[in-house]
Amino acid sequence: MDLAIHTEKLARVYKLRGNKKEAAKELVALRDINLDVRRGELFGLLGPNGAGKTTLIKILTTLLAPSSGVARVAGYDVASEPEKVRPRINMVSGGESSGYGLLTVRENLWMFAQFYGIPSKLANERIKQLLDIVRMSDRMNTKSSDLSTGLRQKMNIVRGFLTDPEVLFLDEPTLGLDVEASLDVRNFVRGWMEANPDRTLLLTTHYMVEADELCDRVAIINGGQVLACDTPANLKRQLQSDVIYRMEVSPLNGLQPEALEALGGVRKVSHEAQDGAAVLELILAEDDALGSVVNMLTGKDIHILNLQKREPSLEDVFVNLVGHSMKEAESDANG
Amino acid sequence: MQATQGIGKPAKERGVSGRTFRAAAWLGWQIESNWADPLIFFIYSVIKPLSGAAILVVMYSVITNGAFDDPMFAYIYLGNAFYIYVAAVLTGVSWTVIDDREIYRMLKYIYIAPVHVPVYLLGRGFAKFAFGSLAVFITIAAGVYFLNVPLDLSLVNWPLFAVSLTLGIVMLAMMGLVLGSVMLLIVNNANFMGEAVAGALYLFSGAVFPLSILPGWLQPVGYIIPISYWLELLRRSVVGQVAESFPTFSQFSDIQLLAILAGLTALFTILGFVVFRYCDHQAREKGYLDRYSNF
Ligand SMILES: Nc1ncnc2c1ncn2[C@@H]1O[C@H](COP(=O)(O)OP(=O)(O)OP(=O)(O)O)[C@@H](O)[C@H]1O
Ligand SMILES: [Mg+2]
Repeated sequence: MDLAIHTEKLARVYKLRGNKKEAAKELVALRDINLDVRRGELFGLLGPNGAGKTTLIKILTTLLAPSSGVARVAGYDVASEPEKVRPRINMVSGGESSGYGLLTVRENLWMFAQFYGIPSKLANERIKQLLDIVRMSDRMNTKSSDLSTGLRQKMNIVRGFLTDPEVLFLDEPTLGLDVEASLDVRNFVRGWMEANPDRTLLLTTHYMVEADELCDRVAIINGGQVLACDTPANLKRQLQSDVIYRMEVSPLNGLQPEALEALGGVRKVSHEAQDGAAVLELILAEDDALGSVVNMLTGKDIHILNLQKREPSLEDVFVNLVGHSMKEAESDANG
Repeated sequence: MQATQGIGKPAKERGVSGRTFRAAAWLGWQIESNWADPLIFFIYSVIKPLSGAAILVVMYSVITNGAFDDPMFAYIYLGNAFYIYVAAVLTGVSWTVIDDREIYRMLKYIYIAPVHVPVYLLGRGFAKFAFGSLAVFITIAAGVYFLNVPLDLSLVNWPLFAVSLTLGIVMLAMMGLVLGSVMLLIVNNANFMGEAVAGALYLFSGAVFPLSILPGWLQPVGYIIPISYWLELLRRSVVGQVAESFPTFSQFSDIQLLAILAGLTALFTILGFVVFRYCDHQAREKGYLDRYSNF
């Protein structure tokens, strides 16, 4: 098989230096990651904050050494042959404002083309073309410090595509962008992959919809481990026989979601408190189980404010695998 | 299962070093000359080196009661002028690591590009060298014009000057590379290191006073600082008669001094690349290439 990315038992441990409040310790950011991404795939890494997405990208882009295991990109080992990997890749991280603010958009991009050995004439053509596509040609000669955050991120994304990489890594490319700009970026990514079927793109996101809409395959990652890896359709198909309800209720009055999970026919329940109300996402093995859920709620004097049945989404796949929602996973990781 | 190797060769795998150096130097120059206001740019590039020299002149005149005709004055004045290169090139190369990592936050993108990072750093340093040359020229011109520094262009040993200057600048750049490599591993408070090193070397490299006036037990400090030899060669080539008045290096002929300087330059070149290799490896192990301190 023609693989653009291949990892085997890839692991990364960060050594955290102690300080006055905490002793030195080790943090396992990635454990035993086995991942194969085929050439030509648009591959998504989906996971909550702290899952290890950025760490994995940093290793694959030769920015960070793996603690153990193997990672190969475009056929070369990232640890021992970084100089072979680098000309074939590029990377963009979203949600950060970086760049040489004193250079114009064109100058910033031109300079990076130089670092990749692209002749000026070709570089300038590509810059014009790419800026056209993201509707930024009118800002070509604006100093990048004068751009809005969103435009600067678009420029940064153009920098990634400019060098025509064999494998491109996008770390949260739409983070912090408004709806329209996100759409622009997604369309651009999709168009580029269609126009260049031998190129590979790996993107990380914690937007379910983005992974669902855009990616050929998705790996769901949490706590440094890959929990599932398949096409979005196949991942959701695992839940095909399940029924999913979104239920808005009055506050839970101390009722634990686990108590609901104990009911027959209820597979997973995730819970999110909203002001003056709570939202329950119920994954049920069959429709009938809804009755016992409603009974338990009314028995506790909890009112149902709204009830919706819906198709399974990747969010449900995540809940089913991890046992709670992405949001809950993130507050666990941060608290 | 093995991942198959690339689809053809990327645009260039090697041979981008020339381009990298030029682009880096270009960027460095843009940063140096990035003053919205030409007046501020003028003040920065002309007044700053002159005010540095003025402080020295005032101190000298107070201490010696205005003995500007003493060869000591020319010695100090020129040493100080050429020392501008030390701060410019040494900190220019090394400071780029901090600048790019913590201020522009672009170091990671440069690092994953197919460039040799040392070539990039040296390119950025080259811009500082060009800019420093302007300051050195202005300072020396002011000294000759206003303070009668005895510089006679027809007596300058130009070949010696050109060779010494070139070797010395290469040596300083390589010292900068050593320092910059170390900075890869220092995330917090690395910002003062370049200045600190340049400042410490200032006193004992014969920039502001001849080593011979130091107490005997302190003189070896000057002799182990490579910059001392370089400054002596520059003085000898530019104002031979002045340099001869001080016995510091009189036991060495020009050729011997040049040989020492060439040896030191070779040494630092090797050291620069070895230390870079080591620090690069360590920084990648520790994940320091995109760490930001809060400053
Ligand atoms: N340089 C570092 N030193 C120590 N720990 C780190 C470092 N970088 C990341 N970590 C830790 O490693 C884990 C994984 O972090 P990583 O940045 O890879 O997550 P992520 O999936 O990209 O999260 P996010 O969605 O927030 O970007 C986290 O627990 C994080 O705190
Ligand atoms: Mg991240």
